[in-house]
Amino acid sequence: MSRFRTEAGGRVKRDKVLSFTFDGVAYQGLTGDTLASALLANGVHLVGRSFKYHRPRGIVTAGPEDQNALITLRRDAARETPNLRATQVELYQGLEAESQNRWPSLKFDVNAINGLASSLFVSGFYYKTFMWPRSFWKNVYEPRIRAAAGLGKAPAKADPDRYTSRYVHCDVLVIGAGPAGLTAALAAKEAGATVILADEGAEFGGSLLGDAVTTIEGKSTDAWMSDVVMNLAMSDKVRMLARTTAFGYFADNFVALVERVTDHLAAPSDALPRERLWQVRAKQVILATGALERPLVFPENDRPGIMMAEAGRSFLNRYGVKVGLRAVVFTATDSAYRAAIDLKQAGVDIQLIADLRARPPADVVDEALACGLTVRAASTLCGTQGGLRVSAAEVGEVNGDLTIGRKEVVDCDVVLMSGGWTPNINLHSQSRGRLIYNETTQNFLPGAPGYDNVSIGACKGTYDLSATMNEGYAAGEAAARASGRKGGMKKGFSSLGGLAMGGGHLGVVPHDRDPGRVKAFVDFQHDVTAKDIKLATREGFQSIEHVKRFTTTGMATDQGKTSNMNALAIAAKAIGKAIPEVGLTTFRLPYTPTTFGNFAGTARGDLFDPIRKTPMHDWAAAQGAPFENVALWKRAWYFPKAGEDMHAAVNRECKTVRTTVGMFDASTLGKIEVVGPDAAEFMNRMYVNPWTKLEIGRCRYGIMCRDDGFVYDDGVVGRMAADRFHVTTTTGGAPRVMNLMEDYLQTEFTDLKVFLTSTTEQWAVIAVQGPKAREVLAPLVEGIDIGKDAMPHMSVREGRICGVPTRLFRISFTGELGFEVNVPADYGQGVLDAIWREVREAGGCAYGTEAMHVLRAEKGYIIVGQDTDGTLTPDEAGVGWAVGKAKADFLGKRGLMRPDLTGPSRKQLIGLLTVDPKRVPDEGAQLVASAAPAKGSHALGHVTSAYWSENLGRSIAMAQLENGRARLGETVYITSLTGAAFPAVVADPIFYDKAGARIDV
Amino acid sequence: MLLVTCPYCGPRPEIEFRQAGEAHIARPAITCSDDEWADFLYMRDNHKGYMRERWRHVAGCGRFFNVVRHTVTDKFVASYKVGEEKPAIPAEAAAGPRVEIVR
Amino acid sequence: MSETATRLSAFAGLTLPAVRNRLSVTVAPDAIRYSLRGSPAAAAALGAVFGPVPSTTACRATSAGDRAALWLGPDEWYLLAPDGDAAALAASLSAAIDEPHALVDISHRNVGLILKGPRAADVLNGACPLDLSETAFPVGMSTRTLYAKAEIILWRTGLDTFRVEFWRSFAGYIVGLIAENAREHAV
Repeated sequence: MSRFRTEAGGRVKRDKVLSFTFDGVAYQGLTGDTLASALLANGVHLVGRSFKYHRPRGIVTAGPEDQNALITLRRDAARETPNLRATQVELYQGLEAESQNRWPSLKFDVNAINGLASSLFVSGFYYKTFMWPRSFWKNVYEPRIRAAAGLGKAPAKADPDRYTSRYVHCDVLVIGAGPAGLTAALAAKEAGATVILADEGAEFGGSLLGDAVTTIEGKSTDAWMSDVVMNLAMSDKVRMLARTTAFGYFADNFVALVERVTDHLAAPSDALPRERLWQVRAKQVILATGALERPLVFPENDRPGIMMAEAGRSFLNRYGVKVGLRAVVFTATDSAYRAAIDLKQAGVDIQLIADLRARPPADVVDEALACGLTVRAASTLCGTQGGLRVSAAEVGEVNGDLTIGRKEVVDCDVVLMSGGWTPNINLHSQSRGRLIYNETTQNFLPGAPGYDNVSIGACKGTYDLSATMNEGYAAGEAAARASGRKGGMKKGFSSLGGLAMGGGHLGVVPHDRDPGRVKAFVDFQHDVTAKDIKLATREGFQSIEHVKRFTTTGMATDQGKTSNMNALAIAAKAIGKAIPEVGLTTFRLPYTPTTFGNFAGTARGDLFDPIRKTPMHDWAAAQGAPFENVALWKRAWYFPKAGEDMHAAVNRECKTVRTTVGMFDASTLGKIEVVGPDAAEFMNRMYVNPWTKLEIGRCRYGIMCRDDGFVYDDGVVGRMAADRFHVTTTTGGAPRVMNLMEDYLQTEFTDLKVFLTSTTEQWAVIAVQGPKAREVLAPLVEGIDIGKDAMPHMSVREGRICGVPTRLFRISFTGELGFEVNVPADYGQGVLDAIWREVREAGGCAYGTEAMHVLRAEKGYIIVGQDTDGTLTPDEAGVGWAVGKAKADFLGKRGLMRPDLTGPSRKQLIGLLTVDPKRVPDEGAQLVASAAPAKGSHALGHVTSAYWSENLGRSIAMAQLENGRARLGETVYITSLTGAAFPAVVADPIFYDKAGARIDV
Repeated sequence: MLLVTCPYCGPRPEIEFRQAGEAHIARPAITCSDDEWADFLYMRDNHKGYMRERWRHVAGCGRFFNVVRHTVTDKFVASYKVGEEKPAIPAEAAAGPRVEIVR
Repeated sequence: MSETATRLSAFAGLTLPAVRNRLSVTVAPDAIRYSLRGSPAAAAALGAVFGPVPSTTACRATSAGDRAALWLGPDEWYLLAPDGDAAALAASLSAAIDEPHALVDISHRNVGLILKGPRAADVLNGACPLDLSETAFPVGMSTRTLYAKAEIILWRTGLDTFRVEFWRSFAGYIVGLIAENAREHAV
């Protein structure tokens, strides 16, 4: 057993020894240890290097607020987690940890030379030092700074772990399971509430876990805690979450907790998530987040071995670890005396207690003296000695005028410091609560809460143990009642012992060193010293928010937890203002660093977004079709035969449709059933077209605008009955069209009796297009005459196909004779199988979205959202013929009368034929007036669609062009990403079968 | 995540809703002036304080409804159905000092 | 004359998760599903012939025998009946309603899963933000809501049994998410 491990006591299991490594060196620890306590038990204090000067840094606290003990934990090449706090990492068998921010080794770090050049690295050095020459910033300074700075390294491989989340509701959420939180949870439970009790530690108990002397209700703290925890755990109304950090407090009592599920396990089950995000909605929240002990700001206060007094006590009482053999205690508060006594009783040499206060409370001092301790009031530390570990402290007397009198160098291997306690108001502040500043205790305390919450115990400044527990119990009972439960009884607790937490000091302590040279750290992690903060105020930063950004104090993992108050006091003093006037920085989430995996949760890979598949998806995949993403859908792109590339396949598909027949999965088109006695009038108002006279069984191509007069969506609409329309929309537009229709129906056209139902997924849609389309369908259709006259172009019939019901549309998006077969979705594949047999027999093929795009472009049919972009009117998009000008009103009618839409220089959709027929323009390319337009000349428009047309043996394109229709026959130039602009002739956008003879057969 | 009270379904999580802009913007008659039409299309209030807004319980009952929400604190003080009388806008609470000082 | 097309479930090829003694997930049998939209009077008239009278209380389902009507909105109900001739049943129901209304066949638009077992609510709460406690979401409650990024209809049919209905193209996403959320309950 190491000489730093006590013989007995603590909560570690002494018969369960664990092996671990730190920087490759093998050590042993005990079950129940944190990595920090295990390292300390092996005499290791040096655990990392600081951000800027790469100064050696040790373990400072015993909790999650530690800024120094940041390490990387490694399980395998993909599971390397940087920036974990060694004070929170639970030891497991085989744990591998590494220190950070050092090269080549922790004990010898070449970047420590930054410390010698520290005059270059003053606050704001980024902004000042590396200004010249300008080009050096990007190529020299920034890469160097980035390589040398930073906290740990992100793993290069994808995270193989799983993360889940859970929404959960409760009456009362209690955050923190120390004496306040435990009694609050107990009371809330007894008053009938559903309770969630969360604590970031592995065990419930908070400050009581390191307390060996206190008794509660006549029991030891251990016995009392285990009774309470058992009582809570037995209830099915209480959810107990250990290793769970409340890291974000959001609106309306929505609180995010992250539970670390497997990090403490040596060999976790594969089924378990690494972390579980609890998204809690609580009627009432009780914040029992305790107080954090503040460091004292004195010269060279950052050497390894200098740590918080209460941390030293906690390591001793909870983990059975002596943090050193010879200690100097430097304090401005009563609580450090308790630490000194406990450590002395465990056999640590306490050289002396240096108390900054001139008159520390007599009872506190007397107890220390009775234990044989030396106490020096009005004493300070003017510096420390030591390299990688503190070896001596320079103790000085503080005179009445704050000068330093007699000085003495005292040998030690550890300095326990305590600058007082800072109530942890982080979550209260996140919840938009107001603050109170107590001038006597120099603490910020929670004021009126922003939501239904209450702060209790040390986080509210209540330090007495009995008072804390009484406050906790009363708050738990009140919260249960406020959440609608019956409520419970009043109850009082009695305790003996507890921790006296009075006193405290803010800012730099008196010392006799040159304040312009000596390093007295405020923020250990970022190497922010008292000098830096004073410099910031000298440079004109008056608000603490600005001081924070300029100096980086309290940023990153600290979030002000330990550094805030000292920084504030130093800034306030330098500016000559009171502390509350300088202000408090905003507490931001997350409270402690939180993994990206936690935020991503299950939303990764195939589950990142829904992947919507049509009923015939698997068939297309089996045919070898690649898919393209359209909204959330996967659509078959093309169907390559062996040896074909995309172009060859698309060319063949386009040819085949025009010569024989093609089959296409059109299921993703949006469909809305518009039903009701006023259905036609509703359509009249929603679409630019007139609908009243559309006969039952006939279809019309509909254009929808918004009230601004710009094209919003389009689609074919079939009239199924006098009061029923089958409306189709674009694939991507379906939800927004439905939303717009509902909006007008519910809020504007409330006089209309019309009802909407989305039927997008009710129907699988198989388009059959080409000269042989009728021949393909004829043998399969029952009860519908699909002959030329009986079923003309733009008609719809109901009947059966392959024995199942169908809505059969005769419509075309290719310019060929075409049908679209709608069948109930589960029959889609069965009907497609039958059609596919006929298509193959007819020499046809399946085609995908790419061929569909080419075929429609050959006909000049627009795609809303590709050829239009929310700035074209129906007329400008070439579909002005659809507008029912005689209608009294429709969405867009008034908009189209705006003078800016009727004036000159509007863009119109036209066709483009490149002079070089082989050249296919880039979609999105700009149109300009000459091959080499003068710099600054404006674009005349841009290409919206461009394809190779195998049917025409040349390229075709559509474009938006200023006054385009007046420029037919003129030459414009198309810009290229790879060379000079090239010429094209403005043309009618219908490139193929202008007369439409092929469709009407 | 806000808790939004749907006047039909009660309090429900924000992600079920979609905000739909300022409320009580009447669509003018087709005979209105260009300026009136431009106001209707494009001009919206967006001040610090209470606003009447439209929301839709899109992943719920599907209804559009109106709320009074504070644009700084995000607090909803009323939800009401389309066509219902507008509830009064509460008086803005005097903004006290961010930090109260005690001894 | 061609042979009758066979029916292919949206769940074909998907593996449904299960956790022994804690969760079973089964596909709801094929059913007639309608969207009924109209006034409460129209719904009452339908109820007289359909069986269950659609609720006018928000977020409540009514059922009678193997038919059910789920309140989705003040003018919208989701009707479930055993598989059969959807068009014929719709015609007979519509004939009984004088009020303006829409009765639209969505039997193939939607599909259903039944989650049963003590962990069903937890697995749903892996992606559904509603309070699924018995008091907040009692047996007989129905509503549209979300399962992560997919819209679902959630209906509690028993203390530990939920029916989840959604558009068929979301089947892969929802089954995948349920499996992911169920996984940890095997431990």
